[in-house]
Amino acid sequence: MRCFVWAAVLLGVAAFHAATAASGPERIALKATKFDFAVKEIRVRKGRPVTLVLTTPDFVHGFAVPDFNARVDLVPGKTVELTFTPERAGRFVFLCDNFCGEGHDRMTGFLVVTEE
Amino acid sequence: MDRRDFMKVAGLGGVVFASGLPGCASRGQPGGQSDFYFVQLSDVHWGYNNAKVNPEARGTLRKAVAAVNSLEEKPDFVVFTGDLTQTTDDPKVRRQRLAEFREQAAELRVPKVHFFAGEHDAALDRGAAYQEVIGGPLYYTFDHKGVHFIVLDNTSDPAPILGAGQIEWLKADLAKRKPDDAIVVLTHRPLFPLLPQWDWATRDGMAAVEALIPYRNVTVFYGHIHHEHHHRTGHIEHHAAKAVMFPLSPAGTMPQKTQLPWDPAQPYQGLGWRRIQASTSGGAPKLRELSLS
Repeated sequence: MRCFVWAAVLLGVAAFHAATAASGPERIALKATKFDFAVKEIRVRKGRPVTLVLTTPDFVHGFAVPDFNARVDLVPGKTVELTFTPERAGRFVFLCDNFCGEGHDRMTGFLVVTEE
Repeated sequence: MDRRDFMKVAGLGGVVFASGLPGCASRGQPGGQSDFYFVQLSDVHWGYNNAKVNPEARGTLRKAVAAVNSLEEKPDFVVFTGDLTQTTDDPKVRRQRLAEFREQAAELRVPKVHFFAGEHDAALDRGAAYQEVIGGPLYYTFDHKGVHFIVLDNTSDPAPILGAGQIEWLKADLAKRKPDDAIVVLTHRPLFPLLPQWDWATRDGMAAVEALIPYRNVTVFYGHIHHEHHHRTGHIEHHAAKAVMFPLSPAGTMPQKTQLPWDPAQPYQGLGWRRIQASTSGGAPKLRELSLS
């Protein structure tokens, strides 16, 4: 009987996570360091919320996607999340929008939003 | 400016930008004040080193200084609108570049030179080296022949902001002005969101613009974008100047912000400076765009 209860609990937890994953934002990890983003092109789907899970070891970089009015300040040594919904398809610039040093202008990339 | 002087400027590659606002420039002010002109030099980036973009990197400031010194009619003053130096992560090198810039700027034979910082000078240490070497506050006002000049700092924080404290300071200063006072705002980044995708914006800049809106005779001069650009928010005109060191691609013409390569067939193309004829009687300033080529 005890085994049955535990199995039921585990199944419930798994089902909860599956449901969350299916309906929640897509989660994408992105690390920023002086002077680059680890990923230069992020691909997401139009109309689906996305959560960027942002980390940095070295500076309060900014992460901004101006076309979707989305931005956040990163915190060295901590994880920061930015959730938004890209409502248009296309290729959009993301950048560090806090001046971080000699290579600041190189800290850019593209968010590619595809149709569903 | 007299005709002879204008023709000399035109021969150096000058282009006149006639403001769209009425009442440009040539009326006198009761009480003996007269119109005057000043020079805007911007984005010197002393210490920049990329021969593909500017193989004359140690010569263009000297060339600009010589051009200003050669004017028969001297400007009342010169203002450098930020990014005096190319940024460096080394505080010692930052101070050295600022000192070298200061030495060259001292060669200007004009009555007065005003300075303020760009993000390359000030963002990494909140203006400490700039204030140590160049001196003076990061934002300030001065008055000249009836025109009120306001220098705004949107570069000494790593974030492109003015900050709540400076905006309150601006509002307090404006509260002392009359609605028809002649006001010139000098700043480095655009106050309006020209192109945030290329870092060409001040996040809270429109708060400053809104504070300026009640004043009928306001013009903004700025740098940062390394090419001539003219924009209007309501009745307020915003004019970006060419750079002394290197040109950037005009807004939105390329997928990403790009330093334009040097063309040996047309050296110094895209580099320049600006003369501004200011009106003490409320008319819009009259601009003359000049080339270093």
